[in-house]
Amino acid sequence: MYSQAVLTALLGWPVVAAAGVLLVPERWAKHVALAASLVEFVISVPLWWTFQPAAGMQFVLDLPWIPAWGIRYTVGVDGISLFMVLLTTFLVPLSVLGSYAYITTRQRGFYALMLVLTSGMIGVFVSLDLFLFYVMWEVMLIPMYFIIGVWGGERRLYAAIKFFIYTFFGSLLMLVAILVLVLRVGQQTGLYSFSYAYLTAHLGGLGPAAFWLFGAFFLAFAIKVPMFPFHTWLPDAHVEAPTAGSVILAGVLLKMGTYGFLRFALPLFPSVALHPAIQAGIVTLALIGIVYGGLVAMVQPDFKKLIAYSSVAHLGFVMLGIWALTLQSVQGALLVMINHGISTGALFFLAGMLYERRHSRLIDAFGGIAKVVPLLAAALTIVSLSSIGLPGTNGFVGEFLVLLGAFPTYPRAAIVAATGVIVAAMYLLPALQRVIYNPLDKPENEQLRDLSPREIAVLVPLLACIVWIGVYPAPILRRMEPAAKNLVQSVRLDAATFTATR
Amino acid sequence: MPLPLLPPLTLLWVVPALPLAGSVVNGALALAAPRAKRAVSLVGVGVLVLAFAAAALAVVALAQLHPSAPLVVRYWEWLPVGDLQVAFALQLDQLSAVMILVVTGVGALIHVFSVGYMRGDPGYARYFAYLNLFVFFMLTLVLGASFPVMFVGWEGVGLCSYLLIGFWFTEKINADAGKKAFVVNRIGDFGFLVAMLLIFRHTGSLDFGAVFPKASAAFPAGGPVVTAITLFLFLGCTGKSAQIPLYTWLPDAMQGPTPVSALIHAATMVTAGVYLVARCGPLFALSPVGSATVAGVGALTALFAATIALKQWDIKRVLAYSTVSQLGYMFLGVGTGAYAAGIFHLTTHAFFKALLFLGSGSVIHAMHRAYHATHAHEDAQDMRNMGGLARYMPWTAALMWIATLAIAGIPPLAGFFSKDEILGAAFARGAVRPAWYVFWGMGLAAALLTAFYMTRLMLYTFHGPNRTGDREREQLHEAPPVMTGPLVALGVLTVLGGALNIPPLFGGGARLEHWLAPVTDVALTPAPDASPATAWALVASAVLVAALGMVGAFQLLRPEALVPARLAPPARGLGRLLWKKWYVDELYDAIVVRPVLWLSREVLWKIVDKRLVDGLLVNGTAAASRALGWVGSRLQTGEVGVYVVLFVVGVLAVVGAVVR
Repeated sequence: MYSQAVLTALLGWPVVAAAGVLLVPERWAKHVALAASLVEFVISVPLWWTFQPAAGMQFVLDLPWIPAWGIRYTVGVDGISLFMVLLTTFLVPLSVLGSYAYITTRQRGFYALMLVLTSGMIGVFVSLDLFLFYVMWEVMLIPMYFIIGVWGGERRLYAAIKFFIYTFFGSLLMLVAILVLVLRVGQQTGLYSFSYAYLTAHLGGLGPAAFWLFGAFFLAFAIKVPMFPFHTWLPDAHVEAPTAGSVILAGVLLKMGTYGFLRFALPLFPSVALHPAIQAGIVTLALIGIVYGGLVAMVQPDFKKLIAYSSVAHLGFVMLGIWALTLQSVQGALLVMINHGISTGALFFLAGMLYERRHSRLIDAFGGIAKVVPLLAAALTIVSLSSIGLPGTNGFVGEFLVLLGAFPTYPRAAIVAATGVIVAAMYLLPALQRVIYNPLDKPENEQLRDLSPREIAVLVPLLACIVWIGVYPAPILRRMEPAAKNLVQSVRLDAATFTATR
Repeated sequence: MPLPLLPPLTLLWVVPALPLAGSVVNGALALAAPRAKRAVSLVGVGVLVLAFAAAALAVVALAQLHPSAPLVVRYWEWLPVGDLQVAFALQLDQLSAVMILVVTGVGALIHVFSVGYMRGDPGYARYFAYLNLFVFFMLTLVLGASFPVMFVGWEGVGLCSYLLIGFWFTEKINADAGKKAFVVNRIGDFGFLVAMLLIFRHTGSLDFGAVFPKASAAFPAGGPVVTAITLFLFLGCTGKSAQIPLYTWLPDAMQGPTPVSALIHAATMVTAGVYLVARCGPLFALSPVGSATVAGVGALTALFAATIALKQWDIKRVLAYSTVSQLGYMFLGVGTGAYAAGIFHLTTHAFFKALLFLGSGSVIHAMHRAYHATHAHEDAQDMRNMGGLARYMPWTAALMWIATLAIAGIPPLAGFFSKDEILGAAFARGAVRPAWYVFWGMGLAAALLTAFYMTRLMLYTFHGPNRTGDREREQLHEAPPVMTGPLVALGVLTVLGGALNIPPLFGGGARLEHWLAPVTDVALTPAPDASPATAWALVASAVLVAALGMVGAFQLLRPEALVPARLAPPARGLGRLLWKKWYVDELYDAIVVRPVLWLSREVLWKIVDKRLVDGLLVNGTAAASRALGWVGSRLQTGEVGVYVVLFVVGVLAVVGAVVR
């Protein structure tokens, strides 16, 4: 019962709850949304225990949807998507709680959109039908557009439209590619189906079209990651989005790009993805992301922009891990995806808390505040250390696995990526110093209030994960391993066969 | 006969866990009840004393077994991914035994001293939380059974160093120094990281117990891979242990509280690099280039840093450069393959340098109180403001003199034996590889300078007329017993420490060397032993040089001619060059720091990101589509006939494309 219904419940419940949020009085909206998102989290928790690492795709529910066009409602998770689902259900309640003070207008609308967004995100990660996947991809786009555009900062409209057009452009290309793919496979096999399992099983003979199809998928996902040079929507969106928007954007939405590569772009077009020139090009872009993202982050005066560019660097590690395509590098990439959600999410929460106190995102608006807000300073220090990959925190284990795994495939790239650890210290520690250390020389900062119990409740789960994953990631790694191994082997095998038969 | 009461070695985790628990408790107190100083002292010092006791028990247990391979205790799976299997495992062998005794023993004394030194500080609880945390990471570093676990300690001690250098963070200069330490160390850590990638690639493991036995089979001796590994590892060492070219953070690290300088930046953390080379002896033994680099950089750093120490006025800066220089000796030792000698010097240096730093701490403490009482804003660390302090603080003066004699290499104090071992080994290696004669010469020259600058420090601080000020002078007095007590203990160790490893030349049993033998037997192909005549000549030359340096200082320096810092004229010529530390910081700033910042801000951000990517590509595309849209809107004439024509053309085009 649970195993068949859980994913559908996770998909449907937030939408139902969103309707509820719209019906209750304005001042209840946030509490109802918090309760609803906690329920969502509770529904997802048993996945952790009932998940069978070796059993492949599970919790599957497969129903006909539009039989005439070969479209089905197919959902399921494996070791790759499991943690994206858990990360989503984990971050949403925190984002809701973290918005209590930040969102003061049109609360019902905001929280309803947050819940719809949740459905969309879960849908992206559990869809095993390409049409369903595409629908979910668009579903999650619209609430985010409104969250930025309505509750954002001064340039919110510019940022929201940029975010929307950029993503929409990519996703339309992806839609075309999906349609062509289904038609092509259908022409060859006589069965038109959007089923992920069917398509991956009947890939032979795409011919040169595979190159263009991969290109369309690549653009859609690369924009979402974002990879250099498709990244410039990110700083704008992050800076203008309200705290919860930034957290979800960084924590979950960016992962859709890298998840898309793992789930679709690589398994569907292995021979293109592993073409040496394409592989080298993508690895190069990943390295540019790591170094360039870090260097540009270093000179940002705006704290949220700094975090945004640091995301470009972190996601560069993920891309390197995916494209190096070894067991360690892929598991490392998955771990960095989780860690980035936790650490960067926490950084955005803290940036939001600072903003709520001073109404400034500028690093230089602060200074010496460790004296007045020791708890906030301690939290910011720990989160920063996790973000720069200090061993013992979650940040280290992910990046370390990526480097170890990438080194045999791309030794020079791994060494260049390793300089990222230096750059990370160069962008985050000076910013940390300018915010919490140095003289307390601005009178406005002398009366800042330290973390409230609500804010502590938001941060403690994240801090706990930072230490837990840093010290004992084995339970996570073990759950991922069979899926990651399967992915690496099948993609490498398929690429080899297709290249041979071409 | 085994003692029945010894605990099993599986309890090894207790040793690092004690200071970790102390750190957690003190951290909680720092946030919840920062005024509970008694509780903080009790916890902070208590866990160290207990950790020392636990370490001693563990070492006794080890001594009874005296195994030829390390005893490894696995606690939990850390990174199990395919063929990578890293467990959170600790190991105890003869080398880590020495290290945990030094860390917890000297650490405990410095914790006691801190109780007095930090008494009035509002951040008392936070201080002990950091200091305990440091000891935890340091013990993890030396007990870790694999490269990644060691790396946890390696970066962890760097974190604590960062937190403690910037302990008084409301001064920008302190926060800057902490950040510099972290960033420079990260450059070194990059080396450590790359070395791990290479090791895993070529041996399929990161556990010491798997890598070292395989090393000689996996790497051809002198091959490029093992040389790369050793050089990358040594890059890590130059960061952590402040060697050329990454030493520049350590003198700045003196911005932290003085007991921190004693514990972290003299006695323990900065020796981690020496420990790493000794630990990886099986790798360095396979790479003559790697070993020669270690020895050469060590010798060069020993000499170079000693020249800078000659002209510093800040008492702690002299000691900081002295530490850099002495670490150079240790690297000369381990790079020569004389691992036992290097570890021996590491140990004796921990005694006498901790003593010197804590002594300078009690001097600064006294100076600070004197200036505080009169509300003067003079530099409490500038030796030009001191002078004649021996009259006011006789214990500190006497104990620091002992340490000075030791570091200068006067027999029979601890430093004499250990430094002599290193120089002797370097000279002996010269017979095989002549470059080592040069290294030996540099080491000897550094010994001359060491004797000189240390005597200078003592003369200017404790002798001649007092320059503190007339009113301040009345406030100068000896530190309380809680501070002098640890000094006395370190003084005893400084006097007797040489007994750990008296060489056969003096009728001793070279006990430390024998103790370490199971670990260090992998050394480079041994150099021939020097004849007794040569050995005696080497000893004589070392002692002569030390005496020369001290006598020279007495002859050349005139403490009575000094004037207080604010009246002193600026230095000129070579003196200025040394005082300005050869302008290395300025050089790094000009060729690394500023260009990187400029590139990032002016080129990457403002031009590439804003103008090129966002301006031209993204918004340019948007503008182009708007223009296209405008063109399209012109086509909307409203005339049906035009639409029909366009429609037909379009359909034909599509059909044509599909059919073709």
